[in-house]
Amino acid sequence: MRDQGKGVGLPAWFWQAFATPGIVWLLALFIVPFFAILAISMGTRDPIFLSAVPVWNPLEWDTQTFSGVGRDIFLGGSHQVVFLRTLLYVGIASTMSLVIGYPVAYFIARHASRTKVILLILLIAPFWISYLMRMLAWVNLLEDRGLVNEILQKIGLINGPINWLNGRPSTVVLGLVYGYVPFLILPLYAAIDRIDQSMIEASRDLGASPARTFLRVTLPLSRQGILAATVIILLPMFGDYYTQDLLSANPRTSMFANAISRLLFSRTGGAEGASLVIYLSLFLVVLMAYYLVSTARAAREYER
Amino acid sequence: MSEATVSTPALVDQTGSLAARFRGWLANPWARPRLLVVFTWAYMAWSIVPVIFAVMMSFNSGRSTVAFQGFSLYWWFEDPDVAVFTNPDFVNAITQTLKLAAGDMLIATPIGVALALGLARWRGRGRGSANFLMLFPLVTPEIVMGTALFLVFTNLYDSVSLGTPAQLLGHVTFSISYVVIVVRGRLFAIGREYEEAAMDLGASPVGALRRVLLPLLGPAIFASAMIVFAISIDDFVISTFLLGGQESNTVPVLIYQQARGGPRPSLNGVASLMLFGSLIAIGLALLVQGRFMRRREATGRSAVEEFARFEL
Repeated sequence: MRDQGKGVGLPAWFWQAFATPGIVWLLALFIVPFFAILAISMGTRDPIFLSAVPVWNPLEWDTQTFSGVGRDIFLGGSHQVVFLRTLLYVGIASTMSLVIGYPVAYFIARHASRTKVILLILLIAPFWISYLMRMLAWVNLLEDRGLVNEILQKIGLINGPINWLNGRPSTVVLGLVYGYVPFLILPLYAAIDRIDQSMIEASRDLGASPARTFLRVTLPLSRQGILAATVIILLPMFGDYYTQDLLSANPRTSMFANAISRLLFSRTGGAEGASLVIYLSLFLVVLMAYYLVSTARAAREYER
Repeated sequence: MSEATVSTPALVDQTGSLAARFRGWLANPWARPRLLVVFTWAYMAWSIVPVIFAVMMSFNSGRSTVAFQGFSLYWWFEDPDVAVFTNPDFVNAITQTLKLAAGDMLIATPIGVALALGLARWRGRGRGSANFLMLFPLVTPEIVMGTALFLVFTNLYDSVSLGTPAQLLGHVTFSISYVVIVVRGRLFAIGREYEEAAMDLGASPVGALRRVLLPLLGPAIFASAMIVFAISIDDFVISTFLLGGQESNTVPVLIYQQARGGPRPSLNGVASLMLFGSLIAIGLALLVQGRFMRRREATGRSAVEEFARFEL
């Protein structure tokens, strides 16, 4: 490691001064706002309008709403139904994403040669196309007279048009897969691409079949990448309400984040919505911690 | 040398039964994995074609967003009420989106570059926590961040009104970390040697920073600005949570509101316009980084590959 202790010829405060605006910004507009969620969730109610009023002093916090929402989630209320449904949708969607994404990432990292750059461009493109635009594209395709119904009718699989866009769990799950697969493939590609080629060659030279090499060498070596990539898509999926709104907009398929957005902007549901956000964050914090620790480790290795 | 000819497995298999040939084909490490080729291209088609179709529909001469009846710019310019450039709501959303993206870029880029420099060079106390603070916005689900910002602007920072001011502050908050990540990666790649050489040759530390390091970082700074522009254009959750009313609608918010209410080709047009904006920004970022890398170092990888390997 090069010069510990201070930056090149400059005192430590000099570099700290560079970091200060960014740190202050994030403290004021990222950390303090988190505190606001707590203050609203554990706050009081306006006596006339019944809207949520924040209480900033933690000693005066009233946990009535917060624990009420907790009971609802854990002891079988309407929030629990929605939460379990969300868990199911996200579980299926992320598994499908992995099943679709791994072969693609693997192929591009290991086997694509001449077509690699074009494949990577196609892989990166969805990142920079608004998620809402990509969902709009499917709304177009799935409408009653849309291309999907048209084609299915033409080849005789169905007689009349299917109403894809109203309360169908399969549409919502496939929408989630379509929306988030690219975010899984790219980090997975990076992880597989980093695997030392000589490991695979060694396995082949020692007589292992391609299938065996894949199962015993490549797959274990990409385990870290699989976990990280899955976490990357799990986090936004649990906070997604717009996919459901655009592709179904039906209470039957409503997800956890739908409840949050509905309550938060209602006149009296602020504290309940804030409490739901806290429970969601607590649930996701394990995933986030895992991701942060593994990237921090990677950054340290990079720096060395 | 032995008398028996050493026959490779491939040769044996060619003369064997069908099953043996199949096994040989499987065992051949140089064979192209045909199934994977097909699967990968099918995935690419599935991922891109719907979007291309949606863009195409904005040039439809008919009213439909599902059946293409011929090319026309009617829904872009001509329809008196609901064309992309004649409908006040559309024009307003496009302006708002670009305004936010430009403001975001101008504020987040300098703050992020400074933070990246600070974090990379500052040793000792507080660095670890500052680093975590920077990474947090990247892993926080947008709905959590949106809720937090919405509640803080409506309850604590009362002087910031919902709408453009709150949206701009929100966009900068999630953008800073992206700038840090892009610039910091470059900073590690450059290393300390250039600065040290400059100082050995008599430059002051500040002079070395200004005359050597910042120019070297130029392309990365440009790329990060373009990335910020693109993520700001594409953002939906933060913009929608900090909405002040109809006039602070951005394009993604507009799509959310109108996609299910009798979509028109012009809505696809507005969406396509933003798609072009965001893709052009990213294309520029790749181009500049690519040119720069060819000149500086030979990693044997293209800019696209570097970009794809890039990890948050």
